[in-house]
Amino acid sequence: MGMESRQLRYYEIIRLIISLISVMLAVAASIAFGVTDIPLSAVWESFAGGNGSNDHLVIQTTRVPRAFIAASAGASLAVAGALMQVITSNPIASPSTLGVNSGAVFFIVLAAGWLDLSGLQALTWVALLGAAISGCIVFALGSIGRDGMTPVKITLAGASMAAFFYSLTQGMMLSDGKMFDQVLVWLVGSVAGRDMNQLEAVWPYMGAGMLIALFLSRKLSVLSMGDDIARSLGQNIVYIKISAAAAVILLAGASVAVAGPIAFIGIIIPHVVRFFVGTDYRWIVPYCAVLGAFLLISADLGSRYIAMPKEVPVGVMTALLGVPFFIYIARKGGRTS
Amino acid sequence: MSQLEVRNLGLSYGDCYVFEDLNLAIPKGKITVFIGSNGCGKSTLVRSISRLLKPQRGSVILDGADISGMKTKHLARKLSILPQGPAAPEGLTVLQLVKQGRYPYQSWLRQWSREDDAAVKKALLSTGMDSFVDRTVDSLSGGQRQRAWIAMTLAQETPVILLDEPTTYLDMAHQIEVLDLLYRLNAEEHRTIVMVLHDINLACRYADNVVAICSGKIEAQGRPEDIIEAKLIESVFSMECRIIPDPFYGTPLCIPLSKARDGAPSLLSLRNEKEKAAY
Repeated sequence: MGMESRQLRYYEIIRLIISLISVMLAVAASIAFGVTDIPLSAVWESFAGGNGSNDHLVIQTTRVPRAFIAASAGASLAVAGALMQVITSNPIASPSTLGVNSGAVFFIVLAAGWLDLSGLQALTWVALLGAAISGCIVFALGSIGRDGMTPVKITLAGASMAAFFYSLTQGMMLSDGKMFDQVLVWLVGSVAGRDMNQLEAVWPYMGAGMLIALFLSRKLSVLSMGDDIARSLGQNIVYIKISAAAAVILLAGASVAVAGPIAFIGIIIPHVVRFFVGTDYRWIVPYCAVLGAFLLISADLGSRYIAMPKEVPVGVMTALLGVPFFIYIARKGGRTS
Repeated sequence: MSQLEVRNLGLSYGDCYVFEDLNLAIPKGKITVFIGSNGCGKSTLVRSISRLLKPQRGSVILDGADISGMKTKHLARKLSILPQGPAAPEGLTVLQLVKQGRYPYQSWLRQWSREDDAAVKKALLSTGMDSFVDRTVDSLSGGQRQRAWIAMTLAQETPVILLDEPTTYLDMAHQIEVLDLLYRLNAEEHRTIVMVLHDINLACRYADNVVAICSGKIEAQGRPEDIIEAKLIESVFSMECRIIPDPFYGTPLCIPLSKARDGAPSLLSLRNEKEKAAY
């Protein structure tokens, strides 16, 4: 067994290195390619002390923040999705399907449009608050009744809260025309047109969420065998679920604050990752972060080319990728995490 | 001697009482089997004893201490419970499953150790799952899968093991396979085993102590030879039956009366004779 496990280690390390290199290549490609055709030499020069030319400006103020925002939001959403799938024992749980994202969007639109709040920190807090409120409502609605939380009840609660907050957001916008421009960026998930400051404002929250997720990862492997088994093995599942939910709110709320509601990353990536790395959350959590970043960067890159010379918001791209996958998971039915 | 005791247990769902004031002592090192009709509360009792459910009143005493005040991991080192129909995550291997049984022994300071390895190996051997370690749980047959879950429970190395319907959904051969395994564990390692079974005859064959439960109350408790009578079965299951000694094992064998084959003429004539004699 000793030899085998050592070989397994090598294989696992190589796999992780390949994944990390893929993300780096994706970041590089995301910086180098886009609607404005910039020669690779100019891309390089912009990092080696730029000269303030238009090309250099595009790279440093548009493409670099964009790549990093995509990476951060993708990683956060994927990890949030993985956590939600475990704590709700529901294979189609994610920040978007269970209404966490739309809660965050509603509160941002409310704060930015009606209360004229505009500070980055303030809006981030509003997004976190919205994610928390929506998440708590869904959790409470999904747990009513003698049999506690079931996958079906939580899915219905999530879908209805998502629709509810989406309608409220739309209603607010229709009642006030000038709001539209202010809040448009949060309506469709997009990583374009943001600058580095916006990302820096949410990084601490994403970082905290990631740390909690990593800290919980071993316990999540046990929890993924079901509440009863986890408790029979001596796990305090209430404490673990609350911690995981806090991480979900930090990760999803911060992602919405910086990139709007991007759907499907949170569903797709955990399933793909489990397919490749198995059932151990000590591997699943970091791989979700890595592959989530990779997928969102790639989707963003694709969004620049799919309708040249115009760009499509990346949220639309992830939906195009996500819907068929979502149907596949739903049809496969049941077997969780 | 009892190491597990239920005192004044009261549990209700809303207005509906499952138990009002239930008392029970479970003998140490024996096999205790709960029998009773569907919905009588036997699963609820097992779940309350193992703290999967929190009763509103009363207490469960394990080795002299109330379990409600114990730390979760501490309890998990003393008592393990295999719930009904557990489902493993897709792709989980038998070895990974059984290793989870060591979770209560681990912490940040105490990672995987040689003792953990030994306990896992022993659990795999005694359940005969040692040749399946790399198979995924979902690829196993029903009986093998249940054995794999029992192996996980064994790796927990608890003196008390509770099992909620460990043989449900298994065919007869697999039922025997699982029960023989539990019987051997009790005989060789003297672990206290408490389980819910639906089959009265298997309950009589394997149990040292049978607890018959009827709508949240204990109707009878004792050795199957002492307590299993047609009257008890009739009141617990609302089913007419005859009890004869099992021709091979000598334990009580319950024969339910039914309408099939014209109601078994020989039994009917027996009944008529009895009725005549009563006159």
